[in-house]
Parts: sequence; structure tokens; C-alpha cells
Amino acid sequence: MAVQKQLEELEVVTVKFAGDSGDGIQITGDQFGNTTAIAGNDFSTFPDFPSEIRAPLGTTYGVSSYQIQFAAKDIYTPGDTPDVLVCFNPAALKVNMGTVNKGGIIVVNEDEFIEKNLKKAGFETDPLDPEDTTLQDFRVHKIPITTLTLKALEEMEDMGHQDKLRCKNFLALGVVSWLFQRPLEPIETFLNKKFGRKPLILEANTKVLHAGYNMCDTMEIFPIMYKIPAAKLESGTYRNINGALATSYGLLAAAEKIELPIVYAGYPITPASEVLHTLAALKQFDVAAIQTEDEIAAVTMALGAAYGGSLGITGSSGPGLALKIEALNLAVMTELPLIVFDFMRSGISTGMPTKTEQGDLAMALFGRPSDSHVIVLAPSSASDCFWISIEAVRLATKYMTPVVVLSEGFLINASEPWKIPDIDKIPKMTAPFITKNDNYLPYKRNKETLARDWVRIGTKGLEHTIGGLEKINETGAISQDPENHDLMTRLRAEKVQKVANDIPDIEVLGDKDADLLLVGWGSSLGSMKASAEVVSNGGQKVAMINIRYLNPLPKNLGEILKSYKKVAVVELNLGQLNMIIRSRFLIDTAFLGRVTGQPISVVEMVEFIKAELEALKEH
Amino acid sequence: MSTTEQVKYKSTDFKSAAEPRWCPGCEDYAILKAVQTAMAQIGRPSNEHAVVSGIGCSSRFPYYMGTYGFHTIHGRPLPIATGLKISNPELAVWVVTGDGDGISIGGNHLMHALRRNCDMTILLFDNRIYGLTKGQYSPTSELGKINKTAPYGTIEEPADPTGLAVECGASFVAQISATYVKELVQVLVEAYNHKGTSFVHIYQNCYIYNNGAFDEFTDRKIRDDNNIKVEHGKPLVFGEKNNKGLVMGFGKFDIVEFEPDNVPDNVIIYDETDLTLIRMISDMKFPEFPVPMGVIKRVLKPTFDDSIHEQIESAKSKFKPDLKTLITSGDTWEVK
Repeated sequence: MAVQKQLEELEVVTVKFAGDSGDGIQITGDQFGNTTAIAGNDFSTFPDFPSEIRAPLGTTYGVSSYQIQFAAKDIYTPGDTPDVLVCFNPAALKVNMGTVNKGGIIVVNEDEFIEKNLKKAGFETDPLDPEDTTLQDFRVHKIPITTLTLKALEEMEDMGHQDKLRCKNFLALGVVSWLFQRPLEPIETFLNKKFGRKPLILEANTKVLHAGYNMCDTMEIFPIMYKIPAAKLESGTYRNINGALATSYGLLAAAEKIELPIVYAGYPITPASEVLHTLAALKQFDVAAIQTEDEIAAVTMALGAAYGGSLGITGSSGPGLALKIEALNLAVMTELPLIVFDFMRSGISTGMPTKTEQGDLAMALFGRPSDSHVIVLAPSSASDCFWISIEAVRLATKYMTPVVVLSEGFLINASEPWKIPDIDKIPKMTAPFITKNDNYLPYKRNKETLARDWVRIGTKGLEHTIGGLEKINETGAISQDPENHDLMTRLRAEKVQKVANDIPDIEVLGDKDADLLLVGWGSSLGSMKASAEVVSNGGQKVAMINIRYLNPLPKNLGEILKSYKKVAVVELNLGQLNMIIRSRFLIDTAFLGRVTGQPISVVEMVEFIKAELEALKEH
Repeated sequence: MSTTEQVKYKSTDFKSAAEPRWCPGCEDYAILKAVQTAMAQIGRPSNEHAVVSGIGCSSRFPYYMGTYGFHTIHGRPLPIATGLKISNPELAVWVVTGDGDGISIGGNHLMHALRRNCDMTILLFDNRIYGLTKGQYSPTSELGKINKTAPYGTIEEPADPTGLAVECGASFVAQISATYVKELVQVLVEAYNHKGTSFVHIYQNCYIYNNGAFDEFTDRKIRDDNNIKVEHGKPLVFGEKNNKGLVMGFGKFDIVEFEPDNVPDNVIIYDETDLTLIRMISDMKFPEFPVPMGVIKRVLKPTFDDSIHEQIESAKSKFKPDLKTLITSGDTWEVK
């Protein structure tokens, strides 16, 4: 007989799953995120995993986690500190317990808390011991997840012990689903899809999922269950999307709108490979997705395709972008619409490949020999990756110049609800091809955009040669004339600058009449919005802007910056945008930069904002 | 009878207005002329050819062609040409590279281009020296060569471009000297006609920094004794009087001498598809053996560009490319 449980309604909750990298943490998180989406909550996720594929069991450095914040209102970040932590082993507890809110719920797999594992995780005493004070601030629920999983599958004699053990994440998912009163159907649908051809595994996972759920229903594990009502999102059809999918879908949409095939060439690198994987499976959209021998081949293959008259695209991360620089400069010199994605990760060098950062801004802006300018864009959320892809295609082809998109590892993996756009409403684009000209000149420019014409290689009567050598304006004949080189260098720069006339003004968000303006880019938008909300709820004011167009900068940026008493730049590096803002606009700024491999926490940013507001008062 | 009129092309139809700027005496001029002559024989208009080059003396080539051309960056013409061919499958794509550009800085791309087998023709101009940077040793410079970066002589075993191409799985490999004008044109036409990556290793004298590098086997007076013409289905015979031949020895060829025009039965009939013979021919080291000239390997394999487009077409036949359906696939929910 089911025990009567209390139901409490909450507005915002952050849940974190943590365990060994082989425990199926990411799949558990993804599935919980999916049911959250279907329940109509706004949400934001943060998958965080080590670069080791299967790190040694039970080690703190092998802990993989998945955090999700979901709410009955708009939210902007995956949350700083979990209200509920689900730990599959002592190491996961050790790494994450410091972040859990006081009074928060910690669910542990009791079976793993044996001496050997405790020692490996660095616990001197057993934190589950009733006498122990380590977890005294939390509501700890000990569940023998492993034992219960095996018990639930006792009758499945055809299944091996190891296979049974691998189902335990779905038992935990059943538990958490009960805790937040989530339906199990979407998870079952997923299991059917994933394991349809492996009936034994399908049956086992479904069984333990229900076992976890039903156990909570019948036993006194949690005294309360929680309900998070649906958020009031704009009406429409929604889906869950992460940055990798949004980037890929955006490229497909752009290709459809400009009616060109895609050649996407990439070399495997974390975290960019996700986009290559996605496109490789979507060949029916006229996509040639090619895995090349190295990063340079990837960018040059894309460039060769752009030269031919296709959408030539490559994607990588910082170490890969470094290798692509020379080819990128050939695209600048030959004025071809190459598109380069940099899914930034924590550097320097190999750094922390699975962690996020915004450290490549200076490289994208300045990291090439000579006065070489490219368009630089940055998506501000997982779903914005869709729109940035389209914008990259539009600008590259219209201005016949490379575009670098500074995306982020965090955005690639993070997911959020996305109101599915009406593809028909996305404007069509026209590539600047010419097909006939009696007096064709390869470097003759469009008066408005300064773009040269694009020629599909093979077109009759337009034969010409381009290359990396300096050329005479209009004719394209190679030349070492000093004044011509000066002219061409300026023209190439001016062309990129012209893009400023073709991009939207920056919009100030938050309290526009505040004294303090936060300036960020990329995923910082989420942290800024969430922090501003906290500050605003406390009765103080802060305004903010997020720069999606990093080169050229929007025309009204200077005016906005100068209309605030104080400007504070926030970013996931040690001051690259800050340097640009200060030098370009000759203003003083405050600065918050973090390179922890994670988004800036709201707590940290709120503290920073409050300190700046305090300083303004004293001034 | 066909109603379309067959257009006759001249080599000058493939010339650009730009005046070549190679040094006087450079054999690049001969290769330029040969390529233009070959294109005239191939019979496709200039707009259907694209020449992609890297960096180096030879890589200035596209500027002098009346076709489409792309003078790119050092070592990278192969992936650029591959991207171009995928984008524009109807084009005849030619790559001009050198021993430095193709074997040294672009070595990795060469290896992968050869195994990938994208339909294009690679011309590797081998002068065994860095000319454009004024005389440093190249990966094909002979051991002990004295030059600017090796004043005491090089200490590196030279690379063997033809052997490399064979071992990388190239589907068409030819080797020829720029001094064989007629044969060069013929090899170029055959390279073009081959569907897949064709690799043509061309010995090309640098008059300024490495003059006479190939005299030992290309000088007109002695070349017939030091080269062997390799041709599918023909006996491996050479010598000024056609009086020498290659017979099967113990793991290598043996050279036999005979009366002119009285070729013994045991002289090998060359088979350009037989990997054993291909390897033995490309393994021959001068001066113990003559230098092979001609088409060394020709086999048919699926091409990279065809395979890519076949996969795209096959995907289209299975899945409708409908973006609206794609982005609404999976779990969706309505917000009223």
C-alpha cells in the first residue's frame, strides 16, 4: 500500500548526477532533462566530464557529472549549486558535496561506500556513519542502488552480472523521477528506441526504472515529493536542443536558404567532433562531411570547396584553430567565404579538453600574420548556435570574406528548451555569383559591400587565377607595387568594417537606467542575466549587454558604453574582450575573468556586481 | 554521325596573358608547354580545367595557365584540390607541387591524397633542391649533397617519390623526365584519362641551384643506356641499341644483354597492375639499374569524389531532406 506523501511546490531546482565516467551519468542526465522539457519547465544543463574515456574506477578525477536547473520561470544558467545531488560513489560525493546547498538532498549509492572506495576518494571516515558530521548540513538518503538493481533483475537469468550492474543508473533515474513527479513514458520511449534490438537490455532497464520509481512510492525514503509547475514560455512548439545540434541545423537551414551544398571538413577534436558527427549523418541535405588527415587539411579542403562555389566550412577547437591560421589567411587574401567554427575549450595547449573557456578571442581577432581581418561572431546560448550558423553563412558569402565563429565547449554540450522556428520565415540569401561578364575582373568590387564576385569554378569565360600573392586591385594580376599593397590591405580591412552597417544594434538588457553596465560575450549572457535578476530582486540596478558580433563591433556599442558611469567586462579568460573595450573606446573598466573550465557562477558574479555598485556609491 | 562539332584546341588556348617569370633555362617552361599541349589533346575547354598549386618555383604554374587556377600555401594544394573536386565534380583538377611542397611540408597530405583516390592529377616537379628560397637541400636531394644548409653535405637519405606513391596505394603512378617532351605529353594525357588520383613524378632540372642534377641519366648522349621505358604489355628493354632487358632475378631484376631486336623470352613483359612488378620497378636504384620512365602503376579503384556523391545520393533516396521534419524530430511539446 502506498504511503501518503507530502507534495511541495517549488519554483526553481538544481539537480546534479555524479559518478564514475562509466556509470552512465550523461545518459541519465540527458533523460532527466528530456522529461523536464516535456513537463514544460524552462531548463539549462551542464554536462561536465573528464577527458579520460573510462578513468580508473572510484577516483575523484574520474568523476563525471550532469547538472540541470529547471524552473517554473525563465532561467539562464544550469545553476551554481545543486539542491539535489545523486552520487553513485564516494568519489562523486567527495568532489561535489561542497557545492550542495545547505539543507539540500544528497542521494548516495550506499553499496559503494566500502572502505576501499572511501579511501580511494580520500575520506578518512565514513560520511554515512550516523556519528560522522561530514554531511550534517544535508538531508542524506542512503539507497543501496546496486543491490536493488540486482534484486530487481534477479529473475533475468539470461543476463550477465556486469550487464545487470550497468542498469543501475536507470534505477537512480526512477528515484529522481519520483522525487519530482516526472512521468516515465518519455524515458521508456527513449529506451525502446535505443535498445529496440537488444530486448534483454531494454527489459532490464525498463524494469529497474520502474523499480526505482515504485520503491519511492511504497517506502519511506523521501518524506516529500516536489512539483515544479510548467514555466510560462512563449507559445509554440518546443524541443530540447544542445549547441552541437543547433549549430548543425543552422548550417542546414542556411544552405537551404542560399541553395548551396555544404562541404564540412573536420579533424576529430574535443568538443568540435559532435558537429562533424551530426552532419556526417545528414548527408541527404547535400552535405559532404569529411574527416580529414589533419586540421590543416580540414580547413584547406573547406577552402577548396569555397573556391569552387560551395559552402566551405570547418570546425575545431583552439589547438586546431592554431593550425588553421595560415589557410585562414589565404582565405582573407583570396577573399573567399570560408567559415571556421572554434568550439573553445580550456587551454593553454591541450589544457582541459572537455572543459569550457573563452580564451581564443585574441587569436580569432589578431592571431594571423599581417593586418588580417575576419568577421568574428559568438553565439550566446545553445539555441543561438542555430542563428549564428545562419548569420555566418550570410556574412561570409555576402562580403566574400572568412567568418570565425567563437562557440564554446559549454554550449556544444549544454541543452535548453528551444522554440522551433518557422523555417519558411528565415529570409532567403543570394550568393554573389556571376555567370557572365565580357570584362570579368577577379578583384572588381561591389560598391556597397566591397565584396568581389564569386565564380563557380568551371564557368565558361571567367577563367582566372587567384592566390596568396598580393594582387592589383580589380585585375587581380600579381604585383609588388608598394602603394597597391597599402591600398589592398586597407580595402580588405574596410570590407570587414562595412559589415557593421549590416548587423543589428546592441540592445541593453536588465535595468537600462542603472549606473553599472555589464559587458559580456558568448555564454556569459546566461550568468549575467541570472546575476542581474538576483541583484535586481535585492533592489539594486544593473544593465548588461552581450556582444554577438565581436568583429566588427556593432556601431552603437561606443555610445552605450559611454552612457554608463561604470562598465564592467565579464568573460571566461583573463581580459581579452576587456582589452578590446578599453583600447577601442578609451574607457576605464572593471573586470571579472575566470578560467576554471566552468561558466562563471552566479554567486561570484553577484558578489562582483555588488562590490562594483558599492564602489560607485563611495565614489 | 554525331551532330556536335568536335572543337580542336591548340596549346595556346591554355596560355594566360601573364608572362612566365621562371629563370632562363628552367625546365618548368618545358613542363608548362607539355601541359598545355596535353590539354589541347584532351580536348576539353579551358574553363573545365583548374590548376591548384602550393608554394615554390613550380607552384607559380597556375598564373601562366589560361584555365582556372589557385596558387595556395606551402604544402597544401592537395586538400584544396580535393575540396574543389568534391565541390565541382565535373572539373578536371590538376595539382602542381614540388619536392619540397609535396614531399616535405605537404608530405602528410600526399600520403592521404594517394590512398583517398580523389579524381585529380598530381604533377610533382622534382628538382632535388629548394629553388625559390635559394638553394637549400630538399627531401629528394642526394646523400652528401653540399648546399647552403648542408655546407658539409646532407646526412639524410633522400625520399623516393615514386616508391612512396606506390606504397601509399596510389592508383596511377608515372615517372618521366621533363627532357622527354613527347613522352611527357603522353604521360600527362594518360594521367588525365585515369579515373582516380594520378601521380606523375617529373625530373626537372633547376638551372640555377642544381644544374645537371639528372645529367647522369637524362643527358641525350647516354640516356638510352640509363633509362628504361616502362609500358604495359611491352618487354622491359632498354639500351642505346635496344640490347638490354630485365629478367626475373632473385628478389630483384637482373639485367641481360642480347643482340638488338632479338629479345629473349625471359625478358619481363611489363604489367602495370601487377604489384610485384610495380614494386620491383620502382625499387630499382640508379646507377645499378636504369631509371624507369613511363606509367608504372595503373589500377582502378573507387574514387573519393564519386563515393562521397554516391553516399549523398543514397542518403537522399532513403531520407527526404526535409529540414522542418528534421528539426521537429524527437520529443517536442506545445506551449499554449
